[in-house]
Amino acid sequence: MNLTTPDAPPGLDRRDFLQKVAAGSVATTVLLVYRPYTSAEEEEESDLLEIVKEASGQKQKPDYAYVIDVNLCIGAGKCVEACNKENDVPAGLFRTWVERYVRTGDGIYVDSPNGSVNGFIEAKDDLVDNSREAWFAPKLCNHCRTAPCIQVCPVGATFQTDEGFVLVDDKHCIGCAACVQGCPYGSRFMNPDTNVADKCTWCYHRVTKGQQPACVEACPTKARLFGDLNDPESDVTKIFKANQWMVLKPEMHTDSYCFYVGMPKETI
Amino acid sequence: MDFLIAAANTAAASDLPNQALTNFVYANEEHILWSLMIVIYPYMTGIIAGAFVVSSLYHVFQLQAFKSIARFALVFSFCFGAFAGLPLTLHLTQPFRAFNIFLTPHFTAAMSVFGYVYGTYMVILTIEIWLVYREFFVRKANETKHIIWKILTLGVNQVTPESLAVDKKLIGFLAGLGIPVAFILHGYVGFIFGSIKAVAWWATPLQPIIFLASAVVSGIAMLLLAYTFLMKRRPNRSIDPKVIKTLAVCLWMSFFIAFALELLEVGYAYFEHGHHWTLIGPLLSGPLYNTYVIWQIGIFSFPPIIILGFVVLGKLRNGLMIFLANVAALLLVLQVLFMRYNVVIGGQFISRSDRGFAEFHWHWFGREGILMTVLVFLLPFFLFAFLSRYIPIFPGDHPNHPKASTKEDDTPKDSESPTTSPA
Repeated sequence: MNLTTPDAPPGLDRRDFLQKVAAGSVATTVLLVYRPYTSAEEEEESDLLEIVKEASGQKQKPDYAYVIDVNLCIGAGKCVEACNKENDVPAGLFRTWVERYVRTGDGIYVDSPNGSVNGFIEAKDDLVDNSREAWFAPKLCNHCRTAPCIQVCPVGATFQTDEGFVLVDDKHCIGCAACVQGCPYGSRFMNPDTNVADKCTWCYHRVTKGQQPACVEACPTKARLFGDLNDPESDVTKIFKANQWMVLKPEMHTDSYCFYVGMPKETI
Repeated sequence: MDFLIAAANTAAASDLPNQALTNFVYANEEHILWSLMIVIYPYMTGIIAGAFVVSSLYHVFQLQAFKSIARFALVFSFCFGAFAGLPLTLHLTQPFRAFNIFLTPHFTAAMSVFGYVYGTYMVILTIEIWLVYREFFVRKANETKHIIWKILTLGVNQVTPESLAVDKKLIGFLAGLGIPVAFILHGYVGFIFGSIKAVAWWATPLQPIIFLASAVVSGIAMLLLAYTFLMKRRPNRSIDPKVIKTLAVCLWMSFFIAFALELLEVGYAYFEHGHHWTLIGPLLSGPLYNTYVIWQIGIFSFPPIIILGFVVLGKLRNGLMIFLANVAALLLVLQVLFMRYNVVIGGQFISRSDRGFAEFHWHWFGREGILMTVLVFLLPFFLFAFLSRYIPIFPGDHPNHPKASTKEDDTPKDSESPTTSPA
């Protein structure tokens, strides 16, 4: 009995046809479901894609982050001094400052004399005797990804760049201070010289020229690090991957991009 | 431990939050930025909303007891509305850029809608006042031929019974529309505070409702005081006890709501005993103890509730009833003023360090000083005094001829039989 239909291609019977369809379906399904996670070919392909993107000017934008290693900070205040000088910060106001924490059996002692621009004077003997742990916590704008200061600005004068810098347009700010109220970290202030809101910019003017922020450069112990999280070779990325980190006031859900390493939980 | 207590700057260690041994505030928190202008701003918008409600109770809900003060309440609200933006502008460190809020509103911020809400309210209020006084403007324009009156008629120099009926309908519509807009104008101020999560004393969804309720209180109380004052100083006029009594009833009811919400806010934080209470507890026993616990609650809240109870429920003779109603109203305008201070400045006392309280520095002079605040608050009264010289505020008023007022003459001249201009 001839199983081929009059219209079928010559030499292809129904059994062959069904077998090929079944094999094709299984092969397609397997290929769709099973994808090796990091095959050598894919890595090669990915690298190639990066090269192509770079060549065509489509390189991934930097994803800047700031990391503070509390274990390394010695409270020298050099960072504050460098920041004030670099950014002409008015006296008594701070784009960055350092706090000293002393935990005793009775409670927590915190101070930051003049933002620690001149470092710290030695703690009183009683405090030293009672102390169980002490540390320094540098503070600055957290350049949050869901920044409350941006949200509450009524005229859109504060904004975030694609690279993550939260900046203030000092030609547009009306000086209502809503952003100062909205910031949970006390990082903003009203600049009496310019009469607009002011804050740390992660030294945007330096970083865009390939330099490090002034505070990072001035830190004698490398407690402050700044870099691109998209760059696997940057110090920030390495520390970020290798260590336990935390952010200030995680309950505020600001998606802070200032990460702390070795920070005791009493730090606020 | 003693040495650390001695080192504390403001309060005993037990009064500081989060086991703080010293009063520690962040480096940039030495000064409180939202100052007296931000205290006076919601106070003024509150009076706007409250006075407008009184006016609308007659124009929309036909509460006849307020017939004689409906126009007064409307003009009173307008006078405060005219200056409501001033404290905000004075507060800005870049006041010449204030218009940016209209040009580039950033709608994720509640504050950005200020210009539109305020503008809408003032347009509604102005049109309503124009309609209320249209007949008067037409008559004055025809009588005096003065250019100002002619301008105020907007070229419509005829009044007929039909046109007055249309005016009345429009007034009712605008008075109804104005209520939610006035509430939004003031409620959004509460929303701005309530939505700032960084400040524990502000961050509650009750805030807009609390602001609204206290707004109605301050508006009614201020009207009651102003009405009594204006009636007392006018020759041949007397205070209508029915007006005072009805205002007192409204005041009592609205203050019950406002006070209950205020207590609920603090009571909830206390019973929740969470993060907020770790800050609010020391705040109330520390920097806000006098202004909140003693004054706002102890002196300015409980006594007026009791006094108004006597006024509303008691069978007092008119003189005593009017006197007590005014005492209660005075206490309540101060209650709301202290409430504004305790919210605006009180919230900023709490350092974001969660371990200390900032200080508020009073200044007599300067853009946000005490004198400027008093002046800004008095400006609406000056405007009211000016307007009342030219337009009739109460039925029977004869602007420019105050001595012509007589006690018997309670029919407003401006609402007598419609006049028709000679075209």
